[in-house]
Amino acid sequence: MRAWKEFSKGIIKENPVFVMLLGLCPTLAVTTSAFNGLGMGLASTFVLLGSNIVISSIKKLVPSKVRIPMFIVVIATFVTLVQMIMKAYFPALNKALGLFIPLIVVNCMILGRAEAFASKNGIFYSILDGLGVGIGFTLSLTLIGSVREVLGSNSFFGMHLIDGFQPIGLFVLAPGAFLTIGVLLAIFNSFKKKKD
Amino acid sequence: MSIGSLFLIAISAIFINNFVLSRFLGLCPFMGVSKKLDSAFGMGGAVIFVMTIASAVTWVIQNYVLNPDALLVKADLRYLQTIAFIVVIASLVQFIEMFLHKSLPHLYKALGIFLPLITTNCAILGVTILNIDEGYNFLETVINGFSAGLGFLLALVMMAGIREKLELADVPEYLKGVPITFITASLMSLAFMGFSGMLA
Repeated sequence: MRAWKEFSKGIIKENPVFVMLLGLCPTLAVTTSAFNGLGMGLASTFVLLGSNIVISSIKKLVPSKVRIPMFIVVIATFVTLVQMIMKAYFPALNKALGLFIPLIVVNCMILGRAEAFASKNGIFYSILDGLGVGIGFTLSLTLIGSVREVLGSNSFFGMHLIDGFQPIGLFVLAPGAFLTIGVLLAIFNSFKKKKD
Repeated sequence: MSIGSLFLIAISAIFINNFVLSRFLGLCPFMGVSKKLDSAFGMGGAVIFVMTIASAVTWVIQNYVLNPDALLVKADLRYLQTIAFIVVIASLVQFIEMFLHKSLPHLYKALGIFLPLITTNCAILGVTILNIDEGYNFLETVINGFSAGLGFLLALVMMAGIREKLELADVPEYLKGVPITFITASLMSLAFMGFSGMLA
């Protein structure tokens, strides 16, 4: 049952965005629409999975003094792969995410999992951990993206929603991102308090 | 290129495209180190310092090594940009830390604990990649790096000032802590949007 625990903890209990507050920059910057959020989430999940697999398999070869630079190089390699794939197959998404694709390298969520989990556990559990945290991240980004898209441009995954609703343009701009995550965090807090 | 265009770059990086409040770069330290004014100044100072030097160094690397028509290496190595820049920044931070420790112990004491955190600050990698994307020359790159750091310091210090006052405010229970900080940031970002009319 440990396998299920390692997989599921990243989705709700240790959700990287809403509980751990990791990877905030891409979370706020690219979530102007649900689709962009989903794309960013999947790209980060791919990098996280790849780096978790490689790091857990080389953990015995890495001297502990230079482990952080080595982890960063491994992560940067996978980010470069994502950059090339995006440029070749998803040019529109590549343009929308822009600067934040290379910046996956410095997403503290990925280095955090490498340091806290993959460098101490075997490959199997590291894959599950990477998948779970990645899915949690993707879901959170898609949620924030959906809220901002519905309120800010009256559409959901590009589909027009309600006739006659005047979209609140502020939500696709910078202040809307901060406001959305602030309110969502408060809602999550209230759920957590009620449970206790 | 005139003084005017350099001034424009500086104003744009500090106010209009403020790194934290409109580009969403460097949010982790913005949330983590904005509890006290002192540490906000320390972190901001360290960021200005590293950003300026990192901008200069990565510009040289891009133009003398990675670009296809570079002077030193005659191959198109642009796909290595991400790896090269992050390695350069990480080692640069380490190097600055050792240098300060040895020769400027006072500055080291003030900035010391913030320096290692800076490697994973996306604002640093962000500004170096933006410099290349915008096609800035060397002087513009240095100015942009410095002003982006200054903008970061401004946002961080303002936030720390507000949060120190927030400690005493009566905040609704579920909004306490991080949520209210985000909503404060939202209002600050709204105010900073007003600056975008400055250059119109």
